[in-house]
Amino acid sequence: MDVLTLSRIQFAGTIMFHYLFPPLTIGLGMVLVYLEGMFLRTRDPIFEQAARFWTKIFGLNFALGVVTGIVMEFEFGTNWAAYSRYVGDVFGSALAAEGIFAFFLESGFLALLLFGWDRVGPKMHFFATVMVAIGGLFSSIWITVANSWQQTPAGHELREHVINGQVFVRAEIVDFWAMVFNPSSVNRLIHVWIGAFILGAFFVMSISAWYLLKGRHIEFARRSFTGALLLATVSSLAQLGSGHFQADAVAKHQPAKLAALEGLYHTERGAPAYLFGWPDDESQTVRYGLKIPYMLSMLVHFDPEAEVQGLDDLEATWGRPPVWLTFQAYHIMIGLGMLFIVSTLYACWRWWRGTLFECRWLLWYFVFAVAFAFIANEVGWVAAEVGRQPWIVYPSLINGQLVGGLRTSDALSEAIRAEQVLGSIIFFSIIYALLFVLWIMLLHQKITHGPDDHLASRPDDSHPPLLDTMARLPGHADSMTHVNES
Amino acid sequence: MDLNVLWFVLLGILLAGYAILDGFDFGVGMLHRVARTNDERRIVLNSIGPLWDGNEVWLVTFGGALFAAFPEAYATIFSGLYEAFMLLLGALIFRAISLEFRGKLASPAWRLCWDVVFGVSSFVATIVFGVSVGCAMTGIPLDERGIFRGTLVSLLGAYPLMTAALTVALFTMHGAIFLGMKTTGELQARIKAWMWHGFWGFVVLYATVTAMTIWLVPRSIENFRYFPWAWGIVVLNVLAIANIPRNLVRQNLPQAFASSSASIAALVFLFGMALFPNLVTSHPHPEHSLTIYNAASSQGTLTIMAIIALIGLPFIVSYTCIVYWTFRGPVQLDKHSY
Repeated sequence: MDVLTLSRIQFAGTIMFHYLFPPLTIGLGMVLVYLEGMFLRTRDPIFEQAARFWTKIFGLNFALGVVTGIVMEFEFGTNWAAYSRYVGDVFGSALAAEGIFAFFLESGFLALLLFGWDRVGPKMHFFATVMVAIGGLFSSIWITVANSWQQTPAGHELREHVINGQVFVRAEIVDFWAMVFNPSSVNRLIHVWIGAFILGAFFVMSISAWYLLKGRHIEFARRSFTGALLLATVSSLAQLGSGHFQADAVAKHQPAKLAALEGLYHTERGAPAYLFGWPDDESQTVRYGLKIPYMLSMLVHFDPEAEVQGLDDLEATWGRPPVWLTFQAYHIMIGLGMLFIVSTLYACWRWWRGTLFECRWLLWYFVFAVAFAFIANEVGWVAAEVGRQPWIVYPSLINGQLVGGLRTSDALSEAIRAEQVLGSIIFFSIIYALLFVLWIMLLHQKITHGPDDHLASRPDDSHPPLLDTMARLPGHADSMTHVNES
Repeated sequence: MDLNVLWFVLLGILLAGYAILDGFDFGVGMLHRVARTNDERRIVLNSIGPLWDGNEVWLVTFGGALFAAFPEAYATIFSGLYEAFMLLLGALIFRAISLEFRGKLASPAWRLCWDVVFGVSSFVATIVFGVSVGCAMTGIPLDERGIFRGTLVSLLGAYPLMTAALTVALFTMHGAIFLGMKTTGELQARIKAWMWHGFWGFVVLYATVTAMTIWLVPRSIENFRYFPWAWGIVVLNVLAIANIPRNLVRQNLPQAFASSSASIAALVFLFGMALFPNLVTSHPHPEHSLTIYNAASSQGTLTIMAIIALIGLPFIVSYTCIVYWTFRGPVQLDKHSY
């Protein structure tokens, strides 16, 4: 295989593994803020118990998000050096802003969140939790802005840059805020956030449903489940609207991507939308599909007879993205989104009727539904990123002419060879397989251990020197160290 | 001072911050085997437990800032030193997960395994940084477009290996002093011996590397002609180093740590002096070097980024202070510890 294919495989693999964690921590961060806020307001110890339990799970996911995230930052330079030279002025700025505004905030207060229970008061701890949650949101803002700029570039100009007498063209920021608020950032950011909330909520529901089925930690599990159910229901419904706005923006700025998402090979009046199907590049049709007539024309133009351009007309200008993968990823995401809406509404109805916790099959469904939430987040990104091929930075169409843009094949590092990339793919595969196994193992261990039913009393707002003194007494350290052994 | 110089200085500050903060983490990692019992090892792990993640952010931000301010240098360094960066990523991942996973099973074999991983990954990361500094000093082969044309193996020579050894000694000393502040009793006594080992290793290697630098990399001291005030930093560096044994003898570890940190900052400063105005020195064709001018982003972006950095910096300093203040003093293990 060539360097390009290998580098794409490596980037896709490492980003998909990384993206297991950020939406989970963003979603769980919201849950933690809610729980600790409720504890401060009501002083009901069950909230504290819940907050402590979910914080442990949060910490594990956060650590994995951090270590897999550094890989991403490095890969822009290691594998996509030509891209980095072209977009550094724009993309690099967003990445640096993420470091300065988000990562320091998150990592600093994370220490208080995880290790500060007995060292700071409840109010300070709550503050730290809020800061970590905000840090997660900040981080998603900057990285989504950076990615959205690649999809719908704005606020930049192509300018010549000279190095040792060699001239080349690159993108430079001319209007920072136009770059930040490029045509798709806000829509996509909202979509990413809601996706994260759905994942966080389904994650909490999964573990809580399991406790309910096993008859353990009942009160804790009921409260966690119903709180998360509310978040999941609202988010699933909101995601439908958000998804629609986003598809609109794609139709406007990335017509070839829209055609690939919908499997529209030919320009059509009254274009249909498929519920599912099997796009076949050879025959240029979608086989075995179930379609709703006029639906796509309706969604894009609010007119059932309107014309929607297909790949046959678009390919010459925009190039052709891989249709099958884009189509399937997009349709799996939508299908799962619909499933989330139906299942959460049904669960809410049972909750209202007071029969939610007796419905064992529904609880079992929620135990496993978290996998669907992970898949929906992942395939959503697959659709977004594969659908914009062959471009790494999408061009704009101005007066019938393509302007700017960078092809993925022109974005590679000049200095790397296929063996190097193959080596690093093997290296990451081994490390990530190990990380995945350990992650599942530790989650399993933390879940089977469950929340601590008997909470140790904790010191007041001040940090009493008495504890320091006690900690230094011989023997005390030993007794404390074995608490966390198993 | 123009914006390009300002960004060179800001990157220097980020690098110095990273070297001081993660430097002691790596030192602690390399010294981990000095602790013998399980409790001692947990104390060593937890000395950096709440801190390592925040410290690593300095590297992430350094990378992001290099990308934003000098994309050409970022692209050339990261793609040119491909295997080195992969090795570094592996080391950083393993360092993090060994902290996270060691305490999760009671099996001695499991713990021993992660103890070894913790030590080795800290050592490997230190070596990669040390070698990188050495290669940056001597220069790497670049073509006229500023793209790396060579192999990683061809870069390895006596000089990068010596800078790597110097970095190992420096971080060992720095980490030992930090660990000294975080421990008590018998464990602290054993660590104290390592402060001295690290210190003498550092002094000897520092002198050797300085001599080799003057001999092998003459351009590294040319800047002192244009910036005579930089000699002041050299004097302060010598004083800071001399202050370390003084405070070790006086048992004043916080001051020894401050001196050790100041020495690292001074080394980063001297490294910057040796490079300036280059970011990536080309060898054997010095005219192909990437400088803070030909590798930079547009002036507009450097301005925006400077504003962002100025808004962000006070916040960063305040978070760091809050965390270090909260977790000051010797390690106390509790049920939230690793």
